[in-house]
Amino acid sequence: MADLTASGFSACPACDAAPLAQRLADRAEIAQGTVILSLPTAHCAACITDVETALTAHPGVKSARVNLTLRRVTVDAPGLTADDLIPVLAGVGYEAHELDPDALSATTADRQGRDLLMRIGVSGFAMMNIMILSVAVWSGAEAATRDLFHWISGAIALPTVFFAGQPFFRSAWSALRVGRLGMDVPISLALILASAISVYETMNSGHHAYFDGVTMLCFFLLIGRYLDHRTRAIARSAAAELTALEVPRATLLADGAEQVVPVAMLRPGDLIRIRPGARIPADGEIVEGRSEIDRALLTGETLPVLAAPGQMLSAGEVNLTGPLVLRVTAAGRDSSLARLTALVEAAESARGRYTSLADRASRAYSPSVHLIALCSFAGWIWATGDLRLAVNIAAAVLIVTCPCALGLAVPAVATAASGRLFRRGLLIKDGTALERLAEVDTVVFDKTGTLTMGRPVLVSADPLPADLRPVARALAQASSHPLSVALAAALQDRPADLTEVTEHPGFGVSGRWQGRVVRLGRADWLGVADDDENRPTSATWLAIEGQPPVRLEFTDELRPGAADCVAALRKAGLGVVLISGDRQAAVADLADRLGIQDFRAAVDPQGKESMVADLAAQGARVLMVGDGLNDTAALARAHASISPASALDAARVASDMVLTGSDLVPVAEAVATARLATRRIRQNFAISIAYNIVAVPLAVAGMVTPLIAALAMSISSITVTLNALRLRD
Amino acid sequence: MEILSILIPVSLALGGAGLVAFIWALRSRQFEDPKGDAERILSDKWDDRPKPD
Repeated sequence: MADLTASGFSACPACDAAPLAQRLADRAEIAQGTVILSLPTAHCAACITDVETALTAHPGVKSARVNLTLRRVTVDAPGLTADDLIPVLAGVGYEAHELDPDALSATTADRQGRDLLMRIGVSGFAMMNIMILSVAVWSGAEAATRDLFHWISGAIALPTVFFAGQPFFRSAWSALRVGRLGMDVPISLALILASAISVYETMNSGHHAYFDGVTMLCFFLLIGRYLDHRTRAIARSAAAELTALEVPRATLLADGAEQVVPVAMLRPGDLIRIRPGARIPADGEIVEGRSEIDRALLTGETLPVLAAPGQMLSAGEVNLTGPLVLRVTAAGRDSSLARLTALVEAAESARGRYTSLADRASRAYSPSVHLIALCSFAGWIWATGDLRLAVNIAAAVLIVTCPCALGLAVPAVATAASGRLFRRGLLIKDGTALERLAEVDTVVFDKTGTLTMGRPVLVSADPLPADLRPVARALAQASSHPLSVALAAALQDRPADLTEVTEHPGFGVSGRWQGRVVRLGRADWLGVADDDENRPTSATWLAIEGQPPVRLEFTDELRPGAADCVAALRKAGLGVVLISGDRQAAVADLADRLGIQDFRAAVDPQGKESMVADLAAQGARVLMVGDGLNDTAALARAHASISPASALDAARVASDMVLTGSDLVPVAEAVATARLATRRIRQNFAISIAYNIVAVPLAVAGMVTPLIAALAMSISSITVTLNALRLRD
Repeated sequence: MEILSILIPVSLALGGAGLVAFIWALRSRQFEDPKGDAERILSDKWDDRPKPD
């Protein structure tokens, strides 16, 4: 570590400064003028109008446009930052978070999605036009008329298949090259074989041409493909949005001047200033200043820790009272935040790869389809010796078994379910998360920051005599320590007039009132003995010269919906466990309030992970809900995992789903929706199998006409989609 | 049957017009925020006069 620190002091200061300036310029260019904010609570026309009106009325804002689908607002405001705009939205009642435009740029332009939509449009156009002609053929057009219609159909269908079928051809080719049979190999084979046979039949004035079936195949399969893509793209952009949520910046001290730089630019040896209330961006050693440190996100402890020069701090901790100057010892990838990634990766590999229902279905599907087509081809050759008839029947089998319904079965349900959960405030990051969530039977909660807000509230102002309340409020207002903020918010009194108000970072605030010294702060600073460790609450003390000190108790505010969520999960028959890194008294108190019998306190990160692993070894499927760095490994190890939006980056990355609002109730709803969704997927499989049981024997027997194929294909696809849509609200 | 020589091109042209309209809508990014657009028509903000560009 010593050599790392030394390497920061270069012999050539300009060499260090040049890349710094370049890095700063790069960043300024991207972010110029446009601010993107996430709006988790926006949901209706009134919300759009409120947000846009409030923002455009703010001086300096040129324009603001809400995207309700993505729950974002893009603001064109040169010279303004998110910090100027978030209070404007808070003023009209909307929660907003800054998003990092750099992290989002990759996902906003959904080129692939538009490309798929284009192919859907083209094949839909072709399908409908060919269908008009086909109806004439089906209803008995003869000879020259039929041939003409077939020729026109072919002229529309062939370019369409060439254009719209490309996604299938491409993926079939890449599957074949590595020697696998994906879903797309039989699809491509059906498209090519049916097109070829139809052209041949048309040239020889044949009765049956499958141009309608081929374009319909493209149309329905592309819809399935598009829905699948949408769910994935939303998941990906959700992940990007979450990284973008935390725009990491640090205040760098260089040559006596302060510069705000992205955390990624910090190097070991840099000096950074950390203001009270800020999160520590990199590991480092305190050079200057005294303060208290909140470690809740790292360890789950709710009691603040004293910090003084010489002490080492880890990235992710929050500085509470005094400004600190830190010498960076490790930043970015090397910091203790990132070091936990190794633990997470190990846990993830232990969870193993989950095989989704769609994967299992397609593994069974491809070989059997090829086998049936090949057998019917061979059978008819053997029985009649007619090559043309045998190829026709094999093509009919491939078209009829086409996995339209199978291809729509999972994506349609996943889209409906994730849309429903998104509206309830839950982002799904992983494609198989819903299926895994449906299997869960035990829910493990973290305490600080998950079941609670990680924010103290005053238990009661009663211990405080009425005449001392103005004094307490005045002292509390002088500090940004969370306990002081909570105290100032809880007291309604007019602050008393104090003189000589000084904050003693790490200890408390003192002042002079009516000639007497008044102090608000830690017990040991005021010279009283406290037994914080054994109580469920945190405390601060108010001392007036000549009077006994008063103890003010604070408790961690319960997250909204926490009690309802726990109750709903238990009602659904799931076991609820509370595992926390905090002290016994605090955990027991919370477990008691929520009615959780099974709880463990003072557990370290490895302990959490091994407890989750133990539960899994006993046959339980665990859903882990947590927010802290100490939960990360457990989140990765669990069968499914959820973290709140306020969680640390690392925790959100490790979890499958993220709550966008502050309410916990969607967790219980997610489990119910996931179970419902899995049931729908199974139903959809049953529908498509039932349809194949009827259609395949007909096709093998040579009784399928293009009309029957078209009917069967569209009816099965529509049934499956409608069944999936039942999941919407 | 001669009517077919008029009707078929007409039907293809109409379908083609629909396709062109779809491609135009896609290119001008009208599918970026379907939910927002559905809600926006309920807002009476620009009922009196069109929104200036």
